[in-house]
Amino acid sequence: MDDVVLETRGLCKNYGALEVSKNISLTLRKGEVHAVIGPNGAGKSTLIHQICGTVRPDFGSIYLLDEDVTQKPVDARSKAGLARTFQVSALAMEDTVLENVVLGCVGASGKAFRLFQPVLTDRDLLETAHIALERVGLEDVAEKRTADLSHGQRRQLEVAIALTLAPKAFVMDEPMAGLGAEGSKRMTGFLDTLRAEAPILLVEHDMDAVFALADRISVLVYGSIIASGTVEEIRSDPGVREAYLGDEA
Amino acid sequence: MSLLLLIEQVLNGLQFGVMLFLMAAGLTLIFGVMGLINLAHGSLYMIGAFCAAAVAGATGSFVLALVAALAGAAIAGALVEILVIRRLYGKDHLDQVLATFALILIFSEGTRWLFGSFPLFLDVPDALSGPVTLPGGIEYPFYRLTLIAVGLMVALGLFLLISRTRIGIQIRAGENDREMIAALGVDIGRLYTIVFALGAALAGLAGALVGAIQSVQVGMGEPVLILAFVVIVIGGIGSIKGALVGALLVGLTNTLGGIFLPEVMKLFMEPAVATSVGASLASMAIYILMAAVLILKPTGLFGARV
Amino acid sequence: MTRENGLNMLIVAGLVLVPLWAFFADEPFTITLATRAVILAMAAVGLNIALGLGGLISLGHAVFFGLGGYAMGILAYHAQTYTPFVEWPFVIEGTKSMPIIWLVAVVMSSLAAFVIGLLSLRTSGAYFIMITLAFGQMFFFFSISWSAYGGEDGVSIYLRNGFPGLNTLAPIQFYGLCFGLLMLVLLFASLLARSPFGLALNAARQSEQRVQAVGMMPFRLRLAAFVISGAITGLAGALFADLNRFVSPAMFSWQMSGEIMILVILGGVGRLYGPVVGAIVYVMLEHVLGDLSDYWHIYLGVLLLLVVLFVKGGIIGAVSGRRTAHG
Repeated sequence: MDDVVLETRGLCKNYGALEVSKNISLTLRKGEVHAVIGPNGAGKSTLIHQICGTVRPDFGSIYLLDEDVTQKPVDARSKAGLARTFQVSALAMEDTVLENVVLGCVGASGKAFRLFQPVLTDRDLLETAHIALERVGLEDVAEKRTADLSHGQRRQLEVAIALTLAPKAFVMDEPMAGLGAEGSKRMTGFLDTLRAEAPILLVEHDMDAVFALADRISVLVYGSIIASGTVEEIRSDPGVREAYLGDEA
Repeated sequence: MSLLLLIEQVLNGLQFGVMLFLMAAGLTLIFGVMGLINLAHGSLYMIGAFCAAAVAGATGSFVLALVAALAGAAIAGALVEILVIRRLYGKDHLDQVLATFALILIFSEGTRWLFGSFPLFLDVPDALSGPVTLPGGIEYPFYRLTLIAVGLMVALGLFLLISRTRIGIQIRAGENDREMIAALGVDIGRLYTIVFALGAALAGLAGALVGAIQSVQVGMGEPVLILAFVVIVIGGIGSIKGALVGALLVGLTNTLGGIFLPEVMKLFMEPAVATSVGASLASMAIYILMAAVLILKPTGLFGARV
Repeated sequence: MTRENGLNMLIVAGLVLVPLWAFFADEPFTITLATRAVILAMAAVGLNIALGLGGLISLGHAVFFGLGGYAMGILAYHAQTYTPFVEWPFVIEGTKSMPIIWLVAVVMSSLAAFVIGLLSLRTSGAYFIMITLAFGQMFFFFSISWSAYGGEDGVSIYLRNGFPGLNTLAPIQFYGLCFGLLMLVLLFASLLARSPFGLALNAARQSEQRVQAVGMMPFRLRLAAFVISGAITGLAGALFADLNRFVSPAMFSWQMSGEIMILVILGGVGRLYGPVVGAIVYVMLEHVLGDLSDYWHIYLGVLLLLVVLFVKGGIIGAVSGRRTAHG
């Protein structure tokens, strides 16, 4: 299909004798939220690492908008339009919230090697940054030190930075983790609107959020995708119920 | 340029290499177990040499001098570990570098204050002085040959210590997983002090042994320390095997480079220029070796971690 | 105005007023001490860009300091002996002109920083420290073995080099020149810290993943920072050699690298004026304690140990009450 934005074809990755990715093929299409779920140790993190470029697959390839990015480093994938959020916040903790978001703008604008104009006087960068902060609802704390943010606010900040990249696809690693019921609901509402902008590959443990957001779900168990389909198909799949949802559903 | 000269220089390189190994082994152990980069390791080398020179001067016994070097460096190491170093384990490398740099200043000036700026001399014991004749008719200083033997024996002893003994198991556990050894009920504070004192004793031994063929003076430790760093970069941080291989490579490169590079240069240019260019190149040879290893294997020949 | 800004202005005022007082009171030695402090401060401002912003613990900055020094020594040596520096394929003469010497110093130290950075930035952490220290030692031994320029003894020049429109032999004028350069370098450093580059470099120090994830290469940022840092320290080296009218392998030594780092730490890592405060305090300690005892490095060592263990943020951190440099 030609509306595929991100695709993995037959990803395989072994750590010694341990197969963490077994022939994983999945697609992310325009306008959708594709959730990847699975129990702990299923290989979700390794999958994300391979898609984002921190781990190279042993076999298989990764396509972003029909371009083979398998051998490209992390920064090149970001430039090609892939924005990720981290499971454990990766932020410049000593800097202000605004500075963290502006950092995203600097990366996206290719202004990293400008040495003289103070970054916080660059109107273009600031405008993009403030829009992103406003959209995730962090405008009020823009001048706060990132280390002083609450856990939930840091997750929002991760998303705000991703927004500044104006990406073709989002890869989000557990954006709901540790948010609490209320925060989780708000984030879900926000991600729901975000899919129109760029599709989201969502790795998430929060099943309420997954069922509320996902257009498609892939279930990863022991490094293999055992099922893939709509929410209803996955809910009723006996294999999935047994392997994964068993004790919850 | 003869085969005899070549063999003699290879032996010199080995001798230099095994002494570097004594330094590098302690450094790499301390880094591997405690995550500490210790610039003051050169001071412990110096302390060993001064203890040996002082005791040899007072008693005339080389054996007592060596015992004093081992004991003096180990005690100094244990004291420093308890007073200063243990406050640095959790800190970042910058703090470790600065604090141990401060220790160098204190140790060096303290030693200068106690012993003065003039070099002391430690004599090679009579039993080991003079040359021996090796198979093939090569005359080689007996003392240097002894150093090679002692160095290799210490290397063997270290491998056995680490692979066969209780403390070795704890050290290996400490390198892999710090929480695990706490869970095993090992007294970590005591283990760290022992490892540090062990590293210090090795450095002190090297200082005393080398002190008998060079002069014993303030500042003698740091050039050796930096070479030991080169050894570790080549061998890989935390690896005793890497330290041994790296030390022998550096020792041989340094010694052979100094002899052969001027000769090689003479093939291309006039002798006077060749000698000076060759000497300059030789002074850079080990760093070029290090650069080459960095290009091929940034974590060193046997290193896993960055 | 924050307390840190107030402190900075006080320092600048001191750097203007004390040498002026010394000039009128006819105390040339004080001016020389102030010149020494200002030049060392510049070397440390250079290191602070790599260390404070980039988090690069370089224990080899003496390489750049020494290269700057030898750029001065070699060019001036050829000028005073009327021998060309290079005869073939084209003739390059020595020079006694400071601006040319500075240019050469900056270019040479940038080149060295580029090559050393290219190799050593492939690693990080303890490896980086050891490698920069080792490269420093390489230059040290090379300078000792290079007999054309004095080997161990170094190179002396008879007269300080010239600057158009100034009499550099007058201590106060040479001081003014160094002070002016330091102010320019500080201006540059403050612009750099607030630029997009500074933001990215500082972020790469805190979270490498983050910087990569927004499409930048930490390696390139750090390499650029290392080159800029080396260039500034190299410029300071040229001035330092001119102050002493002498350059020797000691400028390449590991102690020199350590001293430059101490200046940064005493004052406060990552703070614009940290290296300046550090250098002033260091030169005063050297002078006062050096008079008291030949073994003043013991006191320096103890002081440094106390600062590292107990005073996070250096002198500026302690005075301004802000424990971290950023945010």
